[in-house]
Amino acid sequence: MVDVAASPSDAIVLRRDEAGPAGAKPRHALSRRNIFLYGTLIVVALYYLLPLYVMIVTSLKGMPEIRLGNIFSPPVEITFEPWVKAWATACTGLNCDGLSRGFWNSVRITVPSVLLSIAIASVNGYALANWRFKGADTFFIILIVGAFIPYQVMIYPIVIILREIGIYGTLTGLVIVHSIFGMPILTLLFRNYFTSMPEELFRAARVDGAGFWGIYLRIMLPMSLPIFVVAIILQVTGIWNDFLFGVVYTRPDTYPMTVQLNNIVNSVQGVKEYNVNMAATILTGLVPLIVYFISGKLFVRGIAAGAVKG
Amino acid sequence: MSNSERPNQLFRNLNAKIASIPMVLTALVVFVGGTAWTVLYSFTNSKLLPRLNFVGLDQYYRLWATPRWLISIENLLIYGVISLVFSLVIGFVLAALLDQKIRFEDTFRTIFLYPFALSFIVTGLVWQWLLNPDFGIQRVVRDLGWTSFSFDPLYNSSIVIYGISIAALWQGTGLIMCLMLAGLRGIDEDIWKAARVDGIPMWKTYLFIVIPMMRPVFITTLVIIAAGIVKVYDLVVAQTSGGPGIASEVPAKYVYDYMFFAQNLGQGFAASTMMLLSVMIVIVPWAYLEFGGRRRG
Repeated sequence: MVDVAASPSDAIVLRRDEAGPAGAKPRHALSRRNIFLYGTLIVVALYYLLPLYVMIVTSLKGMPEIRLGNIFSPPVEITFEPWVKAWATACTGLNCDGLSRGFWNSVRITVPSVLLSIAIASVNGYALANWRFKGADTFFIILIVGAFIPYQVMIYPIVIILREIGIYGTLTGLVIVHSIFGMPILTLLFRNYFTSMPEELFRAARVDGAGFWGIYLRIMLPMSLPIFVVAIILQVTGIWNDFLFGVVYTRPDTYPMTVQLNNIVNSVQGVKEYNVNMAATILTGLVPLIVYFISGKLFVRGIAAGAVKG
Repeated sequence: MSNSERPNQLFRNLNAKIASIPMVLTALVVFVGGTAWTVLYSFTNSKLLPRLNFVGLDQYYRLWATPRWLISIENLLIYGVISLVFSLVIGFVLAALLDQKIRFEDTFRTIFLYPFALSFIVTGLVWQWLLNPDFGIQRVVRDLGWTSFSFDPLYNSSIVIYGISIAALWQGTGLIMCLMLAGLRGIDEDIWKAARVDGIPMWKTYLFIVIPMMRPVFITTLVIIAAGIVKVYDLVVAQTSGGPGIASEVPAKYVYDYMFFAQNLGQGFAASTMMLLSVMIVIVPWAYLEFGGRRRG
């Protein structure tokens, strides 16, 4: 050992970030390492923020200014006209009532889908964690492996099933589809959470005579609110952002916001109004963005829970 | 309650079984049944309506003789390699930078991850605007005086798939960064101390000690990226609608267009079965390791 200076107290202070060859040297705010570190992070952060900035800036400009100017320059004259137009009068095909229609459709799709899918998956995860029956694990594994099957393989059979039931093209049909495809990840989430809860709790409730639903409603549900929040975040963003199911399982008058947005922006007729397009794009991204910025760490936890298991 | 009597095996744990009906139906009817149905009908000559008129492998021969499908596959491969390599490298580097006990870590993480909250449609439309040759980056650079500057990936059929990959990377690397960061946080501090005592430089510690230790995280991440690659659809629809011409077509779009526009169901089924096959090549070994291993434990 060459480094004799390392006293026990130094060893505690030693941190990962002082890994340089000089050992436990006091940190300088403007060391070369820090300039490199923060410099890189700031440049990358600017790159990530740039599209959001350009979106906002473009949506606040008038069309003449866009034609003449630079996409990065801030608006000379701020106008909210594009926002109003995008929300209320932008056209898709023959409908000229703007994105508001898509917005309310998306609300009508997202709210019941989130509630239904979470209700099903939480009870399901609870059954898998605490009330195992023979074969339950087999179905669960099928469910998890099934989550990786490309949706394209299953969309047509589901079209047939929905048509047979008579709900193809309705919002109800789409809600069911979202509940089906949300099931693997949510069931996994809830199963893992309920499994990690102390077994004694469950046993005590059983001794006291509580049944399947009693334990779920009175013990499991109140104790697992954080995981419900995570699930809600996961589902709200996922369902709001969906495009494929919306385009397959709904009709033009029930299109969700993403589908309508794409139709507005990529429509071939008419003069392209880039400011309206960008306003519409922000409006569509707003709901998941708000969810994201409010939820903060829980969002990260949600995707981490969904991704890294066990 | 009738189940207190427990008349036979079937009614034991009845409530749990009732609660699991949606899962069982989804697993059996949609996942297994739906997949089997599609695979079965991919051997038929269904056009507008599905019909059980078997033609053997005809649909597959036709599929692999269709230029649009071949372009789709080529695009998927390029897009896949780019996504895989760049999102892993960028995601890991960003995670490693954030793991240096820096200040404002939460702010940086929030910024890197926010595109992931946006849909592929929104992502695609923003980047369509940024890459617009008349107004976007190309115009800005030209206005600066470099008049011969050319950067119009979405309008150049030989590089259009790279333009799409730029948007995909912007949207998705934040997620990979978060997964990697979780993995890095799982590494024992003692490893770092030991490496430091031995005088191993930091980059070497990452490359030869930390990354091999993060193998499980990398495998999971790989599976997630791979599954996402095959599904790519909305992004292409929003950014280019498959154009210019058919230069940026992808398999998922091929399937959709043949099923719902070209009214050639058989082709759509055959193409989706090929997608399934490619996913299975990745998933089956992973599922075997994951679940096979867990059962032993």
